[in-house]
Amino acid sequence: MAHTLAAQINSLLAALILLSAFALLAQRKIMGLVHIFAWQGFFLALSTAVIGFASGEHHLYISSLLTLGMKVFLLPYILYSLVHKLKIHRDIEAVVNIPTTMLLGIVLVVFSYHLTAPIRELSNLMTRSTLAVALATVMLGLLMMVTRRHAVTQILGFLAMENGLFFAATSATYGMPMVVELGVALDLLIAAFIFGIFFFHINTTFDSLDVDQMAKLKETD
Amino acid sequence: MILLSLLGISILVALIMAFIGDWRFAPEVNIGGSLLTFIVSLVLALQVYHEGGSISGSTYFFVDYLNISLVVLTTLVSTTTAVFSRRYMRVEREHGRVGHWRMRFYHAMFQLFIFAMLIALVTNNFGVLWISMELATLATVLLVSLYRTPTAIEAAWKYFILCGVGIAQALFGTVLLYFAAERVLGAGGNALLWTNLSRVCAQLDPTVMRLAFVFLMVGYGTKAGLVPLHNWLPDAHSEGPTPVSAVLSGLLLNIALYALIRCKALVDGSLGSGFAGNIMMGFGLFSLLTAAFSMLRQKDIKRLFAYSSIEHMGIATFAFGLGGPIATFGGVLHMIVHSLAKSATFFSVGHAAQMHGTQEMAHIRGLIRGNPAVGWGMFLGVMALAGMPPFGIFTSEFLILTATMKDAPYLAPLLLLGLTVAFAALFRKVQPMVAGLIPSGQKQLSAANIPVFLHLALVLILGIYLPGFLANWFHLAVEILK
Repeated sequence: MAHTLAAQINSLLAALILLSAFALLAQRKIMGLVHIFAWQGFFLALSTAVIGFASGEHHLYISSLLTLGMKVFLLPYILYSLVHKLKIHRDIEAVVNIPTTMLLGIVLVVFSYHLTAPIRELSNLMTRSTLAVALATVMLGLLMMVTRRHAVTQILGFLAMENGLFFAATSATYGMPMVVELGVALDLLIAAFIFGIFFFHINTTFDSLDVDQMAKLKETD
Repeated sequence: MILLSLLGISILVALIMAFIGDWRFAPEVNIGGSLLTFIVSLVLALQVYHEGGSISGSTYFFVDYLNISLVVLTTLVSTTTAVFSRRYMRVEREHGRVGHWRMRFYHAMFQLFIFAMLIALVTNNFGVLWISMELATLATVLLVSLYRTPTAIEAAWKYFILCGVGIAQALFGTVLLYFAAERVLGAGGNALLWTNLSRVCAQLDPTVMRLAFVFLMVGYGTKAGLVPLHNWLPDAHSEGPTPVSAVLSGLLLNIALYALIRCKALVDGSLGSGFAGNIMMGFGLFSLLTAAFSMLRQKDIKRLFAYSSIEHMGIATFAFGLGGPIATFGGVLHMIVHSLAKSATFFSVGHAAQMHGTQEMAHIRGLIRGNPAVGWGMFLGVMALAGMPPFGIFTSEFLILTATMKDAPYLAPLLLLGLTVAFAALFRKVQPMVAGLIPSGQKQLSAANIPVFLHLALVLILGIYLPGFLANWFHLAVEILK
């Protein structure tokens, strides 16, 4: 009974994660994006804790706390302060074709379900149905990085992808071994440090964070 | 124990460099640190040779014939690159392109990069392999943008974003691999260990492994610069300081390929078919051909050699995809000789670019007259890269071609076409640079010649005479990949 309830709660959270991935695709305000990203991290942490409780895999509590600390507080805070320091908190990205992007996103979700179908049949974990959502989140993050031209948005797409990967690990196998999860978190921290430096470099060199201005390195004919 | 000191030294030197990297003798400390890791890796190699097989330091690390060869290569090239970088960075500093802080940063990140690659090679855990690949990328991202020019920042951003996306796919592949492994080996850290997985790979679920390999191929293939995932590579290799280009081309691509062939060995064991091999052959051949034709229209000297790296990675990937003892032997040999020849060429290229104050090939002329060591170094390096006998790359390409004739004869013409076009492109571009009269405005500089000629001598020796113990060694390395 507890299991089915937990599985249902987890499915709900998975739906919320997917919803926030779509919201990231549609949002044009920079600050709005940071907020949605924090919410996605929150759903992820909650879902990890629920799975940890229901499955009795207690190391998931640590992962959940790590996610909460990193993705709900630390990374959004870093982004928040960077955005304020760079005075771009009012920026609204000029994105065309949001409806098309959303439709493409739906195709990617269907594709993810199709791709993970054989794994769902093999697995007997209660979280098996959410693996497709995890892969879809990865794909949507990828789509966001491809379609957006703002440096901060691209980084948010990257981080959303990472959320999807983390969710994939909890869905497929109740999380990766601890040493791997810690290592991935460390890499993420270093990446945060690096993109922080980058925002400043790009901003001072190009006077904006629009990556379309960086188009000098083309193949010469 | 020796294994841990190997990793310990490089991280320790990285830490020290963060504080003294701008000191007058910092380059010497940098060389010393790298040399120390090289010596330790030789000791380790001897130990492997005597004990005949793999040593497991603990569950976390292991060494066998395959990865120790690459460890020795990595530490050797990092040492010679440190020697080259001493002269090179001195000139850059005199030109005011890097200041105190950036020198510290440069030295610290260089050693951190070596550290990350060494972990990737000796780790037993596929998860840790992924983490250290990502760490190696992150350590080099800011080295690519060291000069802070608009193009350097653009190149570094592209590198960061594209490799970040690529490597994320590899993490998903690793999750799937863990999913398959957990069902056989049980949950926990042991399920991702190579030493366990290679034992039970026949029991891993084929459907999951097939899907996992697609993601791993895309992920590590991006890092290895395989076409069509190669967009970041020419930019990153051409905009960073030349010592960084040398280690990126010579070492990092190898490590990515190493990760890929380990994964392939598992997938082959699970599927028992040529699925993984066919994908790799496709990617390899496509990379070889695309890169060879792209080389024809390059104007920037470092971009030319960046494409040449894609070409050679394509050949090696093709060889591993083809499989079989001869092709795999050729692939391992190719990784090693390419790494040596490519870094040697980049050393000469760096000096040539400094002498002319530009990377535009049209302005680089008269190298042999201007500075014979640089000129001949570059010419011989290019001949080695183009696959001329008696250099080692000829041997490895010949082996790969022979195996192709035997196992996949219909692909041999394509392989030959790629090799010929690449040869023509290299020769056509490089010949006017080394020959001819000295242009006005060419500056003299004291070049670091030892690294270049040491590498070329090694490539030559591996080409004309492969000592018995070394041939035996490579055969044992090939056994592991079966």
